[in-house]
Amino acid sequence: MNIADVVSAACLLAGCTLSLIAAIGLVRFPDLFSRMHAGTKPQVLGLLLVLVGVGLRLRDWTDIGMLLAVAMFQLLTAPVAAHMIGRAAYQGGAVRQDTLLVDELTSALEADDPGQSGRT
Amino acid sequence: MIAVIWVCAAMLSVAAFLVLTRMATGPTMLNRVVAMDVLIAIVVAGLGLEAALNRHATTLPILVVLSLVGFVGSVSVARFAAHDDKGENT
Amino acid sequence: MTVDPHSSESSGHVPERHNGVQWPMLIGLTVVWVLLWGGLTVSNVLSGLVVAVIVTLVFPLPPIVFTGRLRVRGLAVLIGWFVVDLVVASAQVAVQALRIRHRPLNAVIQVDLRSRSDLYLTVTAELLSLVPGSLVVEARRSTSTLFLHVLGVRDESDVEAARRRALRQEGRVVRALASDEELAAYRSEGVGR
Repeated sequence: MNIADVVSAACLLAGCTLSLIAAIGLVRFPDLFSRMHAGTKPQVLGLLLVLVGVGLRLRDWTDIGMLLAVAMFQLLTAPVAAHMIGRAAYQGGAVRQDTLLVDELTSALEADDPGQSGRT
Repeated sequence: MIAVIWVCAAMLSVAAFLVLTRMATGPTMLNRVVAMDVLIAIVVAGLGLEAALNRHATTLPILVVLSLVGFVGSVSVARFAAHDDKGENT
Repeated sequence: MTVDPHSSESSGHVPERHNGVQWPMLIGLTVVWVLLWGGLTVSNVLSGLVVAVIVTLVFPLPPIVFTGRLRVRGLAVLIGWFVVDLVVASAQVAVQALRIRHRPLNAVIQVDLRSRSDLYLTVTAELLSLVPGSLVVEARRSTSTLFLHVLGVRDESDVEAARRRALRQEGRVVRALASDEELAAYRSEGVGR
């Protein structure tokens, strides 16, 4: 057991802990948007930590290249998916006003031409 | 190393179970999509864990495919299936 | 770079999709192909190039207008702060998730970005979404406005802090990628606020 293995184990442990906490948040949070915030953790930091852990264990450039591809895809796609879901949820009226302290989008949409609302 | 990986596997199992309960209870399609995204992240972590334990790279292509399929799936649902959610709350 | 005779007309509001070969796209796709095959060989690179040409011809995209230059120092600051943000925000959201009998209040805030560029808008939005605790609900190209959903705000000062955080993120993106003129324009825009 050398240093790389120890660091790798620490990364794996941290990544898996984040996944567990995210799952708890996913069950406990009251509305869709809060749950999405919880879900971002394992998708970004948790996954990156696990991939670093695996890379440190395998120590082979071919495999690290593949892990890099996974990390890159995840970092590029996760925000797009989150934005699509968030937008669909907001337009579908799934946002709960009672959990919001401030809502500047609804007023901005109302100020717009109704035909233009929700379009970029 | 092996002990750590077993602890990790146990945490991931609990996490996957919790996420599955969210997927079952919903209450809307979008909630299930969010749960599915997290479940995919957990499966990717699990496969990575196994690769780290046994020091092999045979499952790495599956990680690539999973991360892309998950994205296409959630975007499709958000784009096309979300209209069922209208009228429901959260 | 482009071989499309109509590309000069694409200065309108929405850049049109053109059929020219975009070299950055080609190189990026080839790199991905080589990474996926897991080995830098001549046949891999050549087959990757062929696939990349086919993909860019079948699915043309509007060209990315990039007039700036990469600043190594700005980029290092951007990536460094991103990692710090990621860790801190993950811990904060974790605490929110674990606190007993706690219902976090949220906010949807409007952030008017100072720069006028699709690229910086996109990069800023991507980075903000990747950090747990903030999520881009809506983005407007015309006014460079982002609408963020922020988790766990207690009062107005938290809302303002989230807005400042988003603007700082944009500032780091501009400092990492923008050209000198854009940077000067960005700075003078900031004076008025």
